[in-house]
Amino acid sequence: MDSDLFCTDLIRRFGSHAAVDRVSLDVPAGTFFSILGPSGCGKTTLLRLLAGFDRPDEGDIHIRGQRMNEVPPNRRPVNMVFQHLALFPTMSVGDNIGYGLRRKKVPAAERSKRVARVLEQVGLPGLESRNPQQLSGGQRQRVALARCLVLEPTLLLLDEPLGALDLKLREQMKIELKHLQKAFGTTFVYITHDQSEAMVMSDQVAVMRNGQFDQVAPPETLYRAPETPFVADFVGDNNRLSGEVVGLQEGIAELLLASGERVSGKLAFPGLKVGQRANLFIRPESLMLTPAAATGYASLRASVTTTLFDGANSRVEAEASGQTLFARLPQDGSVGRVAPESAIDLSWNPQLATVFAEAGT
Amino acid sequence: MIRSVPRSSSFDGLYLTYLLVFFVYLSLPLLVTAAFAFNDASFPSLPWKGFTLDWYFAEGSGRTGLFHDDGLLSALWVSVIVAFWVTLISVALGCLNAILFERLEFRGKELLYVIMLLPLVIPGVILGVSILVFYSGMANDASSLWGIELDVFRPGLPLVVGGQVAFITTLCTLVIAARLRKFDRQLEEAALNLGATPVVAWFTVTLPWLLPSIFGAAAMAFLMSFENFNTTVMLTGSDTPLTVALFNRLREGSTPVLNAVAVLLMVGSAVLAVLVMGRSSESAR
Amino acid sequence: MNASASRLSLCLLITPFALWILLLVLLPHLQMLRVSFQVRESWDTISWGVQQYQNFFSESYYWRTFLRTGLMSLFTTFLTLIIAFPIAWYIAKLARGRAKGLLFFACLIPFWASELVRTYGWMILLRESGLFSTWLQYLGFADGPVEMLYNDVAVIIGLVYNGLLFMLVPLVTTLEGMDDNLVEAGYDLGGNHFTVLREVVVPWAMPGVVSGSIVVFMLTLGSYLTPILMGGKDSAWFTGQIFTQFITRFNWEQGAALGVLLLVLSSVMVWLGLRLTGQSLRKVMG
Repeated sequence: MDSDLFCTDLIRRFGSHAAVDRVSLDVPAGTFFSILGPSGCGKTTLLRLLAGFDRPDEGDIHIRGQRMNEVPPNRRPVNMVFQHLALFPTMSVGDNIGYGLRRKKVPAAERSKRVARVLEQVGLPGLESRNPQQLSGGQRQRVALARCLVLEPTLLLLDEPLGALDLKLREQMKIELKHLQKAFGTTFVYITHDQSEAMVMSDQVAVMRNGQFDQVAPPETLYRAPETPFVADFVGDNNRLSGEVVGLQEGIAELLLASGERVSGKLAFPGLKVGQRANLFIRPESLMLTPAAATGYASLRASVTTTLFDGANSRVEAEASGQTLFARLPQDGSVGRVAPESAIDLSWNPQLATVFAEAGT
Repeated sequence: MIRSVPRSSSFDGLYLTYLLVFFVYLSLPLLVTAAFAFNDASFPSLPWKGFTLDWYFAEGSGRTGLFHDDGLLSALWVSVIVAFWVTLISVALGCLNAILFERLEFRGKELLYVIMLLPLVIPGVILGVSILVFYSGMANDASSLWGIELDVFRPGLPLVVGGQVAFITTLCTLVIAARLRKFDRQLEEAALNLGATPVVAWFTVTLPWLLPSIFGAAAMAFLMSFENFNTTVMLTGSDTPLTVALFNRLREGSTPVLNAVAVLLMVGSAVLAVLVMGRSSESAR
Repeated sequence: MNASASRLSLCLLITPFALWILLLVLLPHLQMLRVSFQVRESWDTISWGVQQYQNFFSESYYWRTFLRTGLMSLFTTFLTLIIAFPIAWYIAKLARGRAKGLLFFACLIPFWASELVRTYGWMILLRESGLFSTWLQYLGFADGPVEMLYNDVAVIIGLVYNGLLFMLVPLVTTLEGMDDNLVEAGYDLGGNHFTVLREVVVPWAMPGVVSGSIVVFMLTLGSYLTPILMGGKDSAWFTGQIFTQFITRFNWEQGAALGVLLLVLSSVMVWLGLRLTGQSLRKVMG
């Protein structure tokens, strides 16, 4: 497959601080690519480099094989949906969408035809003469998308455009964006700090931290096989137990916790030695509220702090070995009432837990 | 004090009475001035002798209406010309200043901003006096030392325009800068992103955004110039603007023609204000 | 934007600004300051000295007028604030919807007429042959015509009238920015009308109070029409003296010195006002 966006060793420094630090990426044509990271990780800077509002200090940006470093933003085959959408308040919806076509000197008749068509495609037929301020949040979102898509860009950049919407609408728009991307076949580069947005919509997700990519993988791989403790912690909910490595066999590490209990999990990387400090990550849904069901399963005794009812996402908050753990509380009747301050057994399949060496050891 | 805090009814009554008295105080002088423009008596005072339009249209027969009073009409025309130039120059300068202070970063910006505000805290008379001393002094010196006549620098319309521009520019700058401050820079980036060059982006996105404030500033500049007396009186030469001419008439004694001019001024300002407000509320929608 | 382009745009934008501020504001004022120290010994010889300033202090007429103008301006400012505050409060907090817009609009109407027209209106009302005098006679409170013009009360009525708008607008703006919850919290925590006003409302409104007061004070101090027309022959106002020196006596040196003194007075008052309330000119004006 051709790649629509190909970057090598991009660096952008502000003073001595590198906001983007040796980032390389390769986005195949027609895919939905997300860059996920906490605020301040450099993802917005990266996006501005791609859009041309900023120049990299080092490294190259290629779009469809063309080097873009010196190309000003208005000449790049790249369009952007801004965080606050940046719909022109002095223009109608139709004029907003037609803006880019006007700049390309598309004749008026052709222009209005294309504006009408794209409005239909995003599900807002006939709204050309409205003022953007009269639209709802979700409608504005679609106008901002239409304004870019009407230009048929090689690459569409999206800068956390769902951040301003309320929760329910955001859930809807996630799915809709995914459908629109499939329908138009345009390559999307989407940046967000919300891991659920990235997971639901993307073909590939790059997790970014301190100006660098920690891991680039499909969402499921990120979730099941995180390559760094940061990814394990940042993507999805996770529990962390820290202890000392006391046993290693067949890729399974045994950890001694402060309470004296022993737990085990799969090693993320080979090379951990007995005696090192390490962290074990186990997802709340992987914790079973029963004593070890099979041989080789790890188990831990914990005391319940409280239960958090949230429908399908209900959890038990418990404490074990001085550390807080969350376990999923199935609502199908398979688990009885869990009273606060009672003691429970937590167990898990070690293959579902991941062990990383603690930073600095 | 506020709606949700209970108030006694006597307090409410007192408050409303106060409001009423206030608005009577506010409107009485203007209402009275306007009324006497239509009184059929040669002196603006009671008793009421009946309605007349003589003070606008009469010619001869002891009464000269406003529209046949050449002195006032030419003064009106002088005011219009002055206000036109003042508006043009002040709004142009105001736009440039607004961009300078809102968009650019440079050393000493804070200091320059405070200097920009200075004309607001200088009394109008002083502003007029200093410009008179500077330019007329220069013209006097040029005349006595080298025999060059710099008539532009003698009291007259160019100096009047200069004196008014000195402080009206600050007001225009403040109005336009306030609007520019609310402009989202991302809109310009969006325009670039959609294929516009920086110049095109400025004219298609930023300028339309500023337009309401530019119209507002222009209307304000025109009114301020038209009504200014303190600065103008120091700088005026043989062509007197309307306010100065009215002042001179008033010192000779008041006639209902002055009331007629006052009504004309009020109506003119009201029309201008309503036009601008209509425009700005339209663009706000 | 690269460095040379941004330097170019800075140059292009700062040139008109510099021309305006230098040619119309700074240089004229420096020249006025210079002229105020000139002593004209004969028609073509000039020396430097402080004679004009000595005149100011030795002639009691000058400094008395100066003091009177300053004090009356202060009093006018204070009175305007007291009168305008309840109105501003009503518009900002109690009026709703259409009424609010209409009331604010009504406050603006008088200022579509120039100062001259407003003063003229007051003259028609207050003079001996004026409306008030006629009404008083008609109602039987007075036997003959009553002259209410040409005294200090008339001057202050006119000055307050001129200043009201410039006090109301900043007050309404700041008060509108105040969350009603602040007042409610004040009462909720046990305050009464007076303490809430003093500890919650007034501190919040301070920027508006200061900016309104500065503008009104400046306008009053520099006003010419109202005190001259409504104050009559005995009412001395400092701008009137400056006018006399320049236009009637053609004594520019003395006029310039008086101008400098007025400018110093207004600058000191503005500076004091800002210092005492801890505000900055930028915040108050811009």
